Amino acid sequence: MPDPGQTVLEVRNLKTVFQTRGGEVHAVNDVSFELRPGELLGVVGESGSGKSVTMMSLLKLLPIPPAEIRSGTVKFDGKDLLRVDADTLRAVRGGKIGFVFQDPMTSLNPVFTVGMQLMEPLRKHMGLSKSAARTRARELLELVGIPDAARRLKDYPHQFSGGMRQRVMIAIALACDPKVLIADEPTTALDVTIQAQIIELMKELQERLGMAVIWITHDLGVIAGIADRVLVMYGGQIVEQAPVRELFANPRHPYTAALLKTVPSVRGARADRLTIIEGQPPILNAAPAACPFRDRCERRIERCARENPAREPVGPGHDAACFVAAAEVESAHV
Amino acid sequence: MLTYVIRRLLMAIPTLIFISLIIFLLLDLAPGDPTSQLPLTIPDEVRQQIRESLGLGQPVHIRYWKWLTQMVYYEPAYYLSQATGWFDPPEVARMLSWQTRAPVMDIILERLPQTLRVVGLAYVVGVLIALPIGIISAYRQYSVFDQAGTFVSMIGYSIPPFFSGVLMIVIFSVGMPRDSFWWFPSVYDTTLKVVDWETFWKQVRQMVLPVMVLALQTTAQISRFMRASMLDNLGQDYVRTARAKGLTESVVVMKHVLRNSMIPVVTVIALGVPAIFGGAIITEQIFKVNGIGQFLIISIQASDVPSVQTLTFIFAVLIVLFNLIADVLYGILDPRIRYD
Repeated sequence: MPDPGQTVLEVRNLKTVFQTRGGEVHAVNDVSFELRPGELLGVVGESGSGKSVTMMSLLKLLPIPPAEIRSGTVKFDGKDLLRVDADTLRAVRGGKIGFVFQDPMTSLNPVFTVGMQLMEPLRKHMGLSKSAARTRARELLELVGIPDAARRLKDYPHQFSGGMRQRVMIAIALACDPKVLIADEPTTALDVTIQAQIIELMKELQERLGMAVIWITHDLGVIAGIADRVLVMYGGQIVEQAPVRELFANPRHPYTAALLKTVPSVRGARADRLTIIEGQPPILNAAPAACPFRDRCERRIERCARENPAREPVGPGHDAACFVAAAEVESAHV
Repeated sequence: MLTYVIRRLLMAIPTLIFISLIIFLLLDLAPGDPTSQLPLTIPDEVRQQIRESLGLGQPVHIRYWKWLTQMVYYEPAYYLSQATGWFDPPEVARMLSWQTRAPVMDIILERLPQTLRVVGLAYVVGVLIALPIGIISAYRQYSVFDQAGTFVSMIGYSIPPFFSGVLMIVIFSVGMPRDSFWWFPSVYDTTLKVVDWETFWKQVRQMVLPVMVLALQTTAQISRFMRASMLDNLGQDYVRTARAKGLTESVVVMKHVLRNSMIPVVTVIALGVPAIFGGAIITEQIFKVNGIGQFLIISIQASDVPSVQTLTFIFAVLIVLFNLIADVLYGILDPRIRYD
């Protein structure tokens, strides 16, 4: 079980802005969170809510420009990753923090063998010799469940299926025993049975290797099954944060509540139409001065248009950025 | 791969026979008379005799067959026998140029070195300049360097060599004082023999202007290709993966991106090689390089049909060959393409 006292990664007030032809887009607004050793942190939110951009900002993996990390700190290993020099950052990338991306079909380089792509970080970060790196690469492929690993090292990515390629990506991310693994929608591009296999594999590897995992997804079902704690993102902000059971049992932010209602149930009468959240997520041309969800919110009050709520505690280890939710909690205490 | 290459080579045979037929028939239809450059005082009967002595009295299919066998069998056999001495040269007269009465193949082999030296070097120089320009332009898209590269490419594309060549002559041969370092000869001296450093330096200097004119064109084209191909790949997901693995920018760009970007560019470069052997008709003419391009022009002007036919057919062979080479290179560079 994760130790609540310590953190491996601590993000404070991260702001990322994109310069586009149509002006600035504030993709990440004042995001703060921390990751504890050995925990699996789920990050949910609809497309464009800033999940991926937040995680890529941590390692400066966004193209700069048009992206610009305007402020914030990312504390990892006693250093601020946003302010370290390029060499230190590279040592963290792929060494201490591994990344798995969404689309395994395009995330591997088509002209190099899988073995070569897997050995690259091993040779760079761990300084292994060619033969030692090959041995370790074979072990890694076996670890992620690729049969006939020694022979498969010589194969090119197009000779693997989508699920197998994602296993290769996971092997690359795990190559140097990272402390943190960031998985950016690792199962979105895969079909359902393969999805289940990959989730199973990641869960098992996390337990075996004891690393902390950040799992980005828009699939609440996946989160319910694997996460220890969940961040809900909307409009480039974290709107709610809670342990997974608490969040599903007791969602405080109207957005989270609405999101949970959209999940179709397999039990009970068959609904005619799926539940949706009316409206579109906001396009953030400026730093939000009001609650970004107010236009779609059923419980909005007048104050929501004037101020952007900060995250307030609403339960044990549970906080939400909503005036209404905070008021409810307060009145319950009185 | 080997079976693929053999299959392609076998398929090239009917293609080339068909091309040779087209070349022959088109030139046969073309107006022009091999005696047209002879003095007007020669009477018509004599002209007719001259034409018949050149073989023009025979029916078309006989002439085609003679030319074809001569070109694909007797001429190679002659050179093979000369080179190895294993057998006697075939007892068939060589294919002669109507204009000079010298064997066509000998003239071509005599002129080929000049063309390869000037046009080939220009191609190599052009490609070597173009690749880094393309890479840097793409990596620093919209930077000052990229804008400058785009501008130079525009010039290279839009200014034809008959203009840029004359411009070079005006600037470097006429405008510069004769003893300045920046003076370069406007006429290529083919009789120059490289025997020591001084003549070598002279050779280098007389190649500068034609090479510059031709390299400008090559650079313009290849650098645009390289830039576009790099840009295509720089935005790919695998580049992000490579960065996320902690690789340095130089490894990411010069290994991961470049290897992918080179696939289409190598094809374009390979397909451009036959044009080198074709010579640069206009540039050779401007700088008086007596290469293949110039030979083609004077042969056309003199209605020297055997020379024109042979040169055109050699170009066709080279184009078919380098198409095959481009395809094979594509297969080597891109593991997703397999030919068997």
